[in-house]
Amino acid sequence: MKILVCISNVPDTTSKINFIEGDKEFDRKGIQFIINPNDEFGLTRAIWFQQKQGANVTVVSVGNASCEPTLRKCLAIGADRAFRVDLEPSDGFQVAQQLQAHCQNENYNLIIAGRESIDYNGSMVPGMLSALLGLNFVTNCVALEITENKAQASREIDGGIETISCGLPLVIGAQKGLVEEKDLIIPNMRGIMQARQKPLKVIPPTTSETRSEVIHYEKPAPRGEVKLVEANNLDQLIDLLQNEAKVI
Amino acid sequence: MAVLIYAESEKNLLKKSAFELASYGRAIADKKECDLIAVVFNLKDPSTLSEYGVNEVISFEDPTLSAFKAHEYGVHLTSTAQEMDVDLVVLSSSADAKYLAPILSVSLMAGYASNVVALPESYAPLTVNRTCYSNKAFNTTILNNEINIIGLSNNTFGAHKKSTPLNVKSGEISPSSGSFKIEKVEKVTGKVTIADADIVISGGRGLKGPENWHLIEDLADVLGAATACSKPVSDMGWRPHSEHVGQTGKPVATNLYIAVGVSGAIQHLAGINASKVKVVINNDPEAPFFKAADYGIVGDAFEVVPALIEKLKDLQNS
Repeated sequence: MKILVCISNVPDTTSKINFIEGDKEFDRKGIQFIINPNDEFGLTRAIWFQQKQGANVTVVSVGNASCEPTLRKCLAIGADRAFRVDLEPSDGFQVAQQLQAHCQNENYNLIIAGRESIDYNGSMVPGMLSALLGLNFVTNCVALEITENKAQASREIDGGIETISCGLPLVIGAQKGLVEEKDLIIPNMRGIMQARQKPLKVIPPTTSETRSEVIHYEKPAPRGEVKLVEANNLDQLIDLLQNEAKVI
Repeated sequence: MAVLIYAESEKNLLKKSAFELASYGRAIADKKECDLIAVVFNLKDPSTLSEYGVNEVISFEDPTLSAFKAHEYGVHLTSTAQEMDVDLVVLSSSADAKYLAPILSVSLMAGYASNVVALPESYAPLTVNRTCYSNKAFNTTILNNEINIIGLSNNTFGAHKKSTPLNVKSGEISPSSGSFKIEKVEKVTGKVTIADADIVISGGRGLKGPENWHLIEDLADVLGAATACSKPVSDMGWRPHSEHVGQTGKPVATNLYIAVGVSGAIQHLAGINASKVKVVINNDPEAPFFKAADYGIVGDAFEVVPALIEKLKDLQNS
């Protein structure tokens, strides 16, 4: 089984977000970049298939050289090889097109991408990639088993879980639940040393188009002070919720 | 040109989001002076949509469409949009809609912006405001394509009544194909879901253990609210992952969010930021949540919550 995991290089979840260039660009200064958490849940499941079912795991990113440390980390976690499509993408559709071009030469049985990145939050790439390739697709995926040429995948729906069976190849939108937080692999020294020897190939981008353009960023307006209510004065809280906030 | 919405329904009833989408779509259709079309699947009576500004319903009825399937529903929405000269599709932010949107964007060759929080700033080119960086920021996005898709964040626009004469037509069913099969659906019944809730009660580590969750559940019951939890609580297995709200969990955008014993880590706050009114109950006055909340009580959850439940019950009985 050949698995591709698509990796987005994103600011650490604890990052404070700032913008520069007249609020047109994200300020990368002092920001630690990590594997997009939803992608990491997917990568961890892929490594499970590698260890238990002999799968071969490739990771790919669309981005400039600054995402290479993140790809190396994926190799240290256990991926067999990495590709970087040398393009700083402008939107999710462009990423999906670049990934489509890569996948067309590779015959992957399973393609995994996070259900969304935690920076752009587009929820675009796995779905668009599946449609461009004409493949089955399950997003918000919280469980995945593969036997021979069939997949059983569960997706989180509003208020429950739906279980689907379908053939391969398949595209998955990964999220927490596919593996648990405790299953995430922290690379050990051996993994880090081995990662240096593993192939990380830079491939040129193909022609692609964008369908959206971000022209401006803004941070939420600062909040007013919290109104504190004494613990023994709950009538005041109920009054505020009823008459001031009008929410109960 | 025309505006098209996918009005989601369950068990023959329109979902709350359908009325919000209709109202949002109507506001745009008025601006563009065009029709507002709703597509429904296996819904016997779509007439209430006319109370929220829909003037045309395309109704697909077929046993093969009884459960949501992104690909099949996408095929029918695509053919409708193409036949009816639609230039803007509006979808909700439900799990199903977010599943569908990117597929639709490929089949319609459309631009797509998810998590949109308001009416477009302009229509030529189509310019929308959406959340990004997991609710830590907003961006202004231009969708300069012949057809575009807006994914509207739930609970941002609200449902507004506006009666419109309604025309209902049956849509033509396309045969389904492929190996895709829904094996089973497990749903918690009789519980408000986080996605549909007006009020969410969330518990954190301050509750000390899963055996104390009746506090959260009882408070949720009395308010008709959904229950949620912080990341450590789901990581420790006190509560199922499906209740985890925050950056890597479910986003919450309710009218009222009450956090009990949740410290308010930046990742948690990001996930619940879109809620309108936030209340925090925590015995640590230094908890970061107090900086993000509208109302706060510094106190012991084990005393405050039962007292609050009693007061709310009295209020309902009076």
